[in-house]
Amino acid sequence: MVAFVIRRLLQSVLVMLAVALIAFTMFRFIGDPVNSMLPENATAEDRQTLRENLGLDQPVTVQFTRFVSGVAKGEFGISYRNKRPVAEMIAERLPATLELVLAAAVFALLLGVPIGIYTALHPKGVLSNILNIGSLIGISVPTFVTGILLILIFSVWLNWLPSFGRGETVQIGWWSTGFLTVSGLKSLILPAIMLGLFQVTLIMRLVRAEMMEVLRSDFVRFAKARGLTNRAVNFGHALGNTLMPVITIVGLQLGSMIAFAIITETVFQWPGMGLLFIQAVSFADIPVMSAYLVLVALVFVAINMIVDLLYFAIDPRLSVRA
Amino acid sequence: MTFASRLTSGLAATAIAALMAGAAGANTLRMADSTDIAAMDPHSMTESNTIGFLNHVYEGLVRYNQDLEVEPALATSWEFVEPTRLRFKLREGVNFHNGNPFTADDVVASLERAAHETSPVKSNIPGMKSIEKVDEYTVDLVLSGPDPIVLNYLTNILILDQEWMAEHDALLPADMRGGRENYAVANSNGTGPFMLESRQPDARTVLTVNEDWWDEPEHNLTRIEFSPIGSDATRIAALLSGELDFITPAPLQDVGRIERADGASVIVAPALRTIMLGMNHTDKLHNSNLTDKNPLQDVRVRQALWRAIDMELIRKKIMRDMSRNTALLVAPPVPGYSEELDVLPPADAEAAKALLSEAGYGDGFEVGFDCPSSRYVNDEEICQAITAMWARIGVDAQLTSQTPSKHFEKVLAGGADIFMVGWATLPMLDSYSVLSALLHTKGDRMGAWNPGGYSNPELDALTDKVAVELDVEKRNAMMSEALKIARDEVAMIPLHQQPLAWAVRDGVNIPITADNKPRLWYATIE
Repeated sequence: MVAFVIRRLLQSVLVMLAVALIAFTMFRFIGDPVNSMLPENATAEDRQTLRENLGLDQPVTVQFTRFVSGVAKGEFGISYRNKRPVAEMIAERLPATLELVLAAAVFALLLGVPIGIYTALHPKGVLSNILNIGSLIGISVPTFVTGILLILIFSVWLNWLPSFGRGETVQIGWWSTGFLTVSGLKSLILPAIMLGLFQVTLIMRLVRAEMMEVLRSDFVRFAKARGLTNRAVNFGHALGNTLMPVITIVGLQLGSMIAFAIITETVFQWPGMGLLFIQAVSFADIPVMSAYLVLVALVFVAINMIVDLLYFAIDPRLSVRA
Repeated sequence: MTFASRLTSGLAATAIAALMAGAAGANTLRMADSTDIAAMDPHSMTESNTIGFLNHVYEGLVRYNQDLEVEPALATSWEFVEPTRLRFKLREGVNFHNGNPFTADDVVASLERAAHETSPVKSNIPGMKSIEKVDEYTVDLVLSGPDPIVLNYLTNILILDQEWMAEHDALLPADMRGGRENYAVANSNGTGPFMLESRQPDARTVLTVNEDWWDEPEHNLTRIEFSPIGSDATRIAALLSGELDFITPAPLQDVGRIERADGASVIVAPALRTIMLGMNHTDKLHNSNLTDKNPLQDVRVRQALWRAIDMELIRKKIMRDMSRNTALLVAPPVPGYSEELDVLPPADAEAAKALLSEAGYGDGFEVGFDCPSSRYVNDEEICQAITAMWARIGVDAQLTSQTPSKHFEKVLAGGADIFMVGWATLPMLDSYSVLSALLHTKGDRMGAWNPGGYSNPELDALTDKVAVELDVEKRNAMMSEALKIARDEVAMIPLHQQPLAWAVRDGVNIPITADNKPRLWYATIE
């Protein structure tokens, strides 16, 4: 077990290094940050001085080594545009993104699981067909279109919900939360729906397929033969077996929701990490971009590792190989 | 206290609070821009939207008024005691937001900070040699040579409190190498009409009115709530749903939609920014079938390219009648502009073809064409239209559109044959900006944006004279002459001044200024 964990950790470090290196080599293709940092009338001399100050005149390998050693010490540098420590900026934005992802995941589960169960239990029902077709639309419409439509309906026409921002937030230590104010909760609704809609359809289809599979299995038939009520069979026996893979998938999806929050955050001006990243790209703000990419890679690596460890705990055959 | 009386007093308190909130809310201006302000430190960057916003909190010695004329701000008067020594009398009785009095020490500390070796804004005050305190309310700005536009530069150099900076170890500008945050980046203490109340980056920055402002307020605002909204659709939706009072910019394609909606309208004005095409004047093209010569070196070819572009069509179809076509490289409000020179002959593909044949390129040629995407208003569409217009005279332009940072990296490295660039002449608001940066022969301090290698000794000589000429009439005449040379030689192809569009809710009055900086100390809410 210990050897397995250590090996996994080493692999994770390698993955992180690879991500950082790929990110760093890509930065050479997004343009020269010096042009956005200096006024139009800056002379060639001024540009060169700044480039040297930032160390951008050095080869990529040197810049990369410096970045990695900085990260090892917990230093991500100073944003080129905002002139603030990047670590601090990301820490400020992190709660916004995580709360949005959490709300979207809860929304997806609360809607996806019951619909999935319903369509599995009534595969031929009219409502099931409508829901199935609806889920196809949900999967195929691009999320930014959904977002704009939500804004048009609920903000412009009905005037119920705010179209942008996070509302009032309450500071709890370094964590800023929008869960405790009315405007914060109202602001959360539309972005959470936009981010969670795709997950709703995914979970619903997954639950439906899994549940129909389980309902055909022997132990369900035997349970029915024992004369148990439908309710007890469906929810007591079938549902529990259905949910295992669903929970695994939802866990893995959390990582991609954090990454995909970029689009939602751009549409709703949600002050999270994705928005920070998009702005950094247009400014060629290298310290911010590298820190964000490393962080997202870390989230994926961490989630994958947890899943691996869970499998390890469940499946004893893995320990033989380890 | 009985329950009833507690209830009544509670209700009364709520009612009073609601009334007060109503009164405070009545004159709150909620605005959104497409990008967030970069930082609160006016010496940490040169983004014009940030400087424009910070101008509500901080002020310079002088400022531009609604007509973009220099007027006194923290200085009340000035005179050249020597050609290179400009003496300012400072305004007395002005206080910073924390109550500290404004004195000569603040001016000295601020200008030294702005011009410091590591300061990103030092190119915005290029002529400064030193700043000297004469007495408590007099300072001398010592220049390295006569500088006719030093006041224009000073509109952009904002003044911070010396004591406050000293207290928080912020006397030097943010240093990118140190890895430490400068206190002034997130905090502020100015003399301006509004004070910073709170700031959450990317979410909301709130200013409240400074009751103690030295100037007679023309505005009636009590509070400004600034939010950045990057997505055009969301920004407009927020205006139409009543969550905002004022947005910049209003995208051109949505102007009609906003006008049709109830309760909102668009304000449009021609901006200072002139969009133009720069060209490769060196011996060889980068992206062409011709390898031994560069047709762009022939003035007839450059004329042909210019004549082939139908700007009228672009104005109607792409710019929705809101741009202003131009034959000069500067906009009308910019000194040096001359109405008699600004005559654009109608597009004529036949004449263009004839010019090409005359130059020996009757069969046309291939040439690289570089364009930024989403840097200027409808930039890509304009480039596509121009590519098609050139195709009609046999010039095969290989269009490359990419992000602004990539585009300008390539252009400035001299890798483009024909490239689009826009120039607002800010912060100096003077033709000298175009002459020195875009047209002067490339050197250490000149021609930073002349990667195509255009060089004309006559124009260079005029530019060098303009730099030190203090007589306004003479100077303007020389600038016009230099711009005429550039026009006749087609050093660059001028296209148009792009439009500037803001949108407001009904009842909000904000004067629009061509430099695209809202001046909310002139704004009123009914």
